[in-house]
Amino acid sequence: MTPDSAPSDLPRGPASRSIDRSGLVIALALAALAAVLVWDASQLQSNTVYGMGPEAMPVVIAVGLGILSIGNLIDALRGNLPARESADPKAVWLILAGLALLIAIIGFGGGFILATTALFVTTSAAFGRRAILADSAIALVMTTLIYLAFDRLLTLSLPAGPLERLL
Amino acid sequence: MDSFAALAHGMAIAVQPMNLLYALIGVFLGTAVGVLPGIGPALTVALLLPVTYKLDPGGSLIMFAGIYYGGMYGGSTTAILINTPGESASMATALEGNKMAKAGRGGPALATSAIGSFVAGTIATLGLAFLAPWLVDVAVRFGPEDYFALMCLAFVTVSATFGDSPVRGLTSLFIGLTLGLIGIDKLTGQARLAFGIPELLDGVEVTTLAVGLFAVGEALYVASRRHHAEEKLEPVRGSLWMTKEDWKRSWKPWLRGTLFGFPIGALPAGGAEIPTFLSYSTEKRLAKHPEEFGKGAIEGVAGPEAANNASAAGTLVPLLTLGLPTSATAAMMLAGFQQYGLNPGPLLFAERPDLVWGLIASLFIANAMLLILNLPLVGLWVKLLAIPQPWLYAGILVFATMGTLAAKPSVVELSMLAGFGVMGFLMRRFDFPIAPVVIGLILGPIAESQLRRALAISLGDPMTLLQSSISAALLGVALIALLAPFVLKGLGRFKANED
Repeated sequence: MTPDSAPSDLPRGPASRSIDRSGLVIALALAALAAVLVWDASQLQSNTVYGMGPEAMPVVIAVGLGILSIGNLIDALRGNLPARESADPKAVWLILAGLALLIAIIGFGGGFILATTALFVTTSAAFGRRAILADSAIALVMTTLIYLAFDRLLTLSLPAGPLERLL
Repeated sequence: MDSFAALAHGMAIAVQPMNLLYALIGVFLGTAVGVLPGIGPALTVALLLPVTYKLDPGGSLIMFAGIYYGGMYGGSTTAILINTPGESASMATALEGNKMAKAGRGGPALATSAIGSFVAGTIATLGLAFLAPWLVDVAVRFGPEDYFALMCLAFVTVSATFGDSPVRGLTSLFIGLTLGLIGIDKLTGQARLAFGIPELLDGVEVTTLAVGLFAVGEALYVASRRHHAEEKLEPVRGSLWMTKEDWKRSWKPWLRGTLFGFPIGALPAGGAEIPTFLSYSTEKRLAKHPEEFGKGAIEGVAGPEAANNASAAGTLVPLLTLGLPTSATAAMMLAGFQQYGLNPGPLLFAERPDLVWGLIASLFIANAMLLILNLPLVGLWVKLLAIPQPWLYAGILVFATMGTLAAKPSVVELSMLAGFGVMGFLMRRFDFPIAPVVIGLILGPIAESQLRRALAISLGDPMTLLQSSISAALLGVALIALLAPFVLKGLGRFKANED
């Protein structure tokens, strides 16, 4: 808990009493999730003679999500969501790009070392580092050591690519 | 008493050289990872789970005991030296401890927290050893409907009763329950919410969820608000040792903190937050110099730290005897058991007493190791704290990826990790609690199977839930715990006391 997010039931100034658009999106997303649960449950066959079939619990949870969607909607309409600080979208997108690179490199068989090096460099850049070459070198050494330690010492299989086959 | 015999047997297992080594590695790794800013004990356990994959269950659980206590200790070091509590239970420690460090009394703050953790951990582990067999006797009488009711109670208390907003807490819980549905239904073999993706048939890995929410989510969140004030690392100046005066002011808070921490931790209510804040406000009230509070009062570190550790041992009571995790860290411990197909509960006490009592005995050993290791090694931990933020978070993400790949090397799993990371980021931004998601995922499927078993036995009559007096009472308490925060606004708002 950071001090900036005060309990939501404290009285607020008139400015924060306006409708919270993000809150509306959250409520909508919960309602959509509930709908997906019900749709998925309807695809299941219930062949249980006594008690609950596999479709019962998803429906119960969907009902809960529906009620919570309304609860979140009320909070949003009252402007009851905690205050948020300004965020730096560039940093978030950089890390997400790093994760996308990671997934792509693993997916195309590039191996653990290259994939995590890419993630390391983009994350470090997201936190304000500009020394991409130096960071790449550090990351290559570090991920190679991790690969060796876990693949050889602990015999956990990590995905291998061209670099790993050289080791 | 048979607790003594069982504990002695456990000790004999725990002091075998290999097991001592596992405990030492666990304590060391746990502290090293736990000390990193932004990494709480739950994430410490999740990140280090892959290290134990290839060990036998006994050794792995012993290492876990070390990681658990080491992670707790590391978290309080961070709270004192850079005022970044990795979890809300360390907030009280950060409040006073960081002020002490700023005033050049970082050494005594670390010492009172280490010794207090040892005292509290030892007493609470003894409490665990004596309470557990008794609770196991009670638990064997539980039918499936009673277990289901108990889980309902845990769901409500971890999400609704003590949080800032019951609506947001329950929302988190239900997201976790939804994730728990994914995969093959064990009773009928039908796939739920798998959308034709074969990797989803096994369900969502708890470690992937926890690492995504805690590690990736935290990295995204911290990166997004990097331009806000950065926390400064306080150097440890002067003596590490506590003066006679410090001892005199610390020992009572340690014991009182333990008294708050253990019982509250042992209740299926979860969270070390409440006992730490209760301890903090009690010490403030009882202190001879209450005006020192907020400026670095040693009682304000000693009490809450003891309460935090005692409640960590307390949460092991429902975890080991009932299989009921009541904190995110306990949920990760349960995942550690499940990777060997072990289910904590009365049966495990009967079938594998060596494992359970070896684990409990190792908690004592881990605790003692921490006391001996940590004060001399404090210089090393301070160096770890000084890792520049870009490398720290980049490294955390590399380790998070490694853990996920070691468990399940697939693109789907990595995509889930990234997706949970985005979810964790949004939840932090909109102030949704994270622990209920993890608990919902791990406990949801267990609760469902208990309910279905109960209904199958009763031939589909739902009244079976009310006919058992245990189940009826537990459901009643759960209902009260659910409605209380709506009825009594202000209940459980301990956080408001902080300033």
